[in-house]
Amino acid sequence: MDICSMSALEIGAAIREKKMTVREVTEGYLSAIENTDGAYHCYNTVCKEAALARADEVQKGIDEGRYTSPLAGVPVGVKDNICTKGVPTTCSSKILENFVPPYDATVVKRLYDAGMVVLGKLNMDEFAMGSTTETSATGVTHNPWNTDCVPGGSSGGAAAAVAAKLAPVTLGSDTGGSIRQPASFCGVSGLKPTYGAVSRYGLVAYASSLDQIGPLAHDAKDCAALFSVIEGKDEKDGTSMENPKFDFAAATNGGMQGKKIGIPADYLGEGISTDVKAAIEAAAETYRGLGAEVEIFPMPIVKYAIPAYYIIACAEACSNLSRYDGIKYGYSSPNTDNLLDTYIKSRSEGFGMEVKRRIMLGNFVLSSGYYDAYYNKALKAKKLIQQAFFDAFEKYDMLLGPVAPTTAPKIGESLSDPLKMYLGDIYTVMINIAGVPSMAIPCGFDRENMPIGMQLIGKPFCEAEILSAAVGFQNATDFHKKSPKES
Amino acid sequence: MQIDKNLVMYLEKLGRIELSEEQRTASEKDLQDILTYIDTLNELNTDGVEPASHSFPVANVMRADCVTNSDRRDAVLQNAPREKDGCFVVPKTVE
Repeated sequence: MDICSMSALEIGAAIREKKMTVREVTEGYLSAIENTDGAYHCYNTVCKEAALARADEVQKGIDEGRYTSPLAGVPVGVKDNICTKGVPTTCSSKILENFVPPYDATVVKRLYDAGMVVLGKLNMDEFAMGSTTETSATGVTHNPWNTDCVPGGSSGGAAAAVAAKLAPVTLGSDTGGSIRQPASFCGVSGLKPTYGAVSRYGLVAYASSLDQIGPLAHDAKDCAALFSVIEGKDEKDGTSMENPKFDFAAATNGGMQGKKIGIPADYLGEGISTDVKAAIEAAAETYRGLGAEVEIFPMPIVKYAIPAYYIIACAEACSNLSRYDGIKYGYSSPNTDNLLDTYIKSRSEGFGMEVKRRIMLGNFVLSSGYYDAYYNKALKAKKLIQQAFFDAFEKYDMLLGPVAPTTAPKIGESLSDPLKMYLGDIYTVMINIAGVPSMAIPCGFDRENMPIGMQLIGKPFCEAEILSAAVGFQNATDFHKKSPKES
Repeated sequence: MQIDKNLVMYLEKLGRIELSEEQRTASEKDLQDILTYIDTLNELNTDGVEPASHSFPVANVMRADCVTNSDRRDAVLQNAPREKDGCFVVPKTVE
């Protein structure tokens, strides 16, 4: 069987059963990247030598019984905002183009502890700010389903790499939909875990109250396997929390009998494409067929999610990005003669336009005279959004809805109109504001044969429940098995 | 909320960035569009609502007070744009 068409768990099993070696698997992916990534640009950096050396080391560890994870020996791609010791971590920004972290993020350390092999670093919107991967300073990633379309964003490289079979699993980050929306646009599965379920130590910060790292893969089972590798409390991230021990068996059980699913009516309202709406309705039918109760309920707060999100995210972003000063690390403008000049020129030359826009917006909502009307108002909206989810989960085990109102737009369509791009985040940002987990999986195709994604939104720290619901859906359907080339 | 060129320039100053004239004109329009949309939040009644902070109840997170980092001065300085004698080089800041 073609190595690159196997799931991560299948690869792990084949390695354990000595049907293939870690080196064979790693070489298979490296040569696929070499041969085809020119057409997609999923990777910013490919760690060829390091990956091969690591493969041999991992093989030895497996043979000696040191690596026993189901994903031992499996290659993985990592979004380029997650620190990797000795490997450039650029955030797809000119300001970090030469930044080589002196340490590994906690999640990367956990990949290594499980015996996984890092293939390289994946393209993204600059500092994760964008929904199309077009704001990347290294160039856009092309959607493997149609290279004229964007892969979504900001984890566009992480989603496209899985769809193009250039990595069996990847790590992305999700601040307002950045795992789920590209997963949806590229026809792959992706999990945004509960806020606090996965350590962010070593994740370059965008909006700290919303950022979360999570897995992308061909199916929900692989997401569950990678999630179990990275989750758990970390002393180095004070927001990470003890959670009930994640149970892989429960997460991949797939049983839906007697489950109650709610669909927010406001997730099917104005702005949604007819193809996306039809796919969500069909998914609801599938769940009914599996024994679940599905009903539509009102959630009018949806309308205020985007304004609240962009206020909170930009406020935090402008604070987080004040660390880029041209002094300690990153790009520094040559020919400056005083400190202020060094700051201004380094930042102006180093940041792209979308980042500058969000810095300005953040400074605006935090500035004297506007703080109460904007930032404080958004925090009150956040409270109401959290309450809306709390109320919904009194009645339902999980919520179901589309990931995005449309399928992937053409390259160039979104960049000229930032507000239009922001509006595409309507179904995803609320989940980050509430801090709850959400699992995105493919649920159909539009009339242009572009993938449609749905999300299953769960109670805090109930990843196992939504993963299991995703597995149940994938046991009953084959959308996740389609791949661009066979289409 | 009405955005004008002076406000854009003020925001540039706060963010320690400088836009070209062309970017400034475009930003005026983009920020206006975005803020007009954001202003729909005013329709939401938040009377008596406490502003939220953290999603879940986490407070006063502590860890053992022991040194865990080793001497990584050289590794850290490798990323410094300008470095001399084990220190970051900065422009003269005190006359």
